[in-house]
Amino acid sequence: MIKKIYFQSIFFSFLFSKEAFAAESGGMPQLNPEFWVSQIFWLTLTFGILYIVLSKLILPKISNNLESRRSQILENIEAAEKQREDSEAKLEEYEKIISKSKLEAKNIFSQSREKVLKDISAKREVLDKQIDEEISKAEQEINNLRESAPDKINMIAIETSSELIQKLIGAEVNNSSISAIVDDLSRRNGDKYYGN
Amino acid sequence: MAANPMTQFNVYRIGPEIKLGAFDISFTNASLFMIISSLAILIIFNIGSKKNSLLPNKVQLLAELSYTFVSKMISDTAGLKAKPYFAFIFSLFMFVLFCNMFGMIPYTFTVTSHIIVTFVLAAFIFIGVTIVGFAKHGFGYLKLFVPSGVPAILLPLIVVIEVISYLSRPVSLSVRLFANMMAGHTMMKVFGGFVISLGIVGGWLPLSFSVALTGLEILVAFLQAYVFAILTCIYLNDALNLHH
Repeated sequence: MIKKIYFQSIFFSFLFSKEAFAAESGGMPQLNPEFWVSQIFWLTLTFGILYIVLSKLILPKISNNLESRRSQILENIEAAEKQREDSEAKLEEYEKIISKSKLEAKNIFSQSREKVLKDISAKREVLDKQIDEEISKAEQEINNLRESAPDKINMIAIETSSELIQKLIGAEVNNSSISAIVDDLSRRNGDKYYGN
Repeated sequence: MAANPMTQFNVYRIGPEIKLGAFDISFTNASLFMIISSLAILIIFNIGSKKNSLLPNKVQLLAELSYTFVSKMISDTAGLKAKPYFAFIFSLFMFVLFCNMFGMIPYTFTVTSHIIVTFVLAAFIFIGVTIVGFAKHGFGYLKLFVPSGVPAILLPLIVVIEVISYLSRPVSLSVRLFANMMAGHTMMKVFGGFVISLGIVGGWLPLSFSVALTGLEILVAFLQAYVFAILTCIYLNDALNLHH
């Protein structure tokens, strides 16, 4: 209901206003030539001054500003490009150096490794030789000992038995006869004692 | 308050009557707003061009954006040959734009809503373009009225049509701007009058219309200034580059 009244009032007001405008309107002021000359005069004056000041003073400055900014930006871009190239070259150099030194380090490492290995093998050889010598010496000694041992043992046996006989029976026995017996015995029992 | 939507276009004298010979060149409200618009342009662009900083401030950015906008508009439509006319077209665009925009402030006067103002501008452009055309091409400029590739039988008719359309350029240019400004402001005034007459009960609907129209009119104010400038560029293009 309120809505209806609202819209009705709007409608009637439109009608009313249109009538009011129709009654009051007295043509377009634009077509009244009273101030035409004045408008032409002032338009020419203001627009002329505007054009002269803009074209002589202001626009060249703006164009100058724009141009200088453009050239500065171009310069900066150029400088940045140059620096980028420089840094790229530096990076390349750096990488070259790194790879070179890596190769060098590898070489040094393998060389020293070889050297160490060589040293070790040389020393081992020397040691082996020494050890072999020692062993052969010891063996010889052992052999000597082994060879001399039965004679010494026989001698001990002969002396011991001659002394034993002397103590037991008080008679002097010829050493040669005892040695003949010991020799005989040792020959017979040699295997048992020396394990040959 | 006058309910007549046309009273806003009334021109009245401010100060004494000034006579130049037989002509009345009194200072009027129209003169006042022409001066205000021109001064506003000069002040803004003077501030915008004073300092040359690499990172522009707001006013400088505004000035430089306007400069590049108009410069691009000219080079797009009329090519590089139109460069000497840049300052004129720039002033023209700015003048029309500022006059239109100042007209959007309530209780102001819209300079461009008067046919005599727009017609003087358009006539000046028309005459200037014609002079430029004849100066560049001599009588060859008349070839503008004879489009290539037209059958010989149709030629007389086409030439007549071309001449009429050429001569009607200042009329169409001036009436387009004047009519747009006048119609828009009249409409706003009518809807404003409705708000008053309908009062607090029914005034809301026309008020919302009025708000929407204000946005539209600001768009129209820019658009008409742009159209005015770009049509000038197109006419200039015809005069500078005859064979296109």
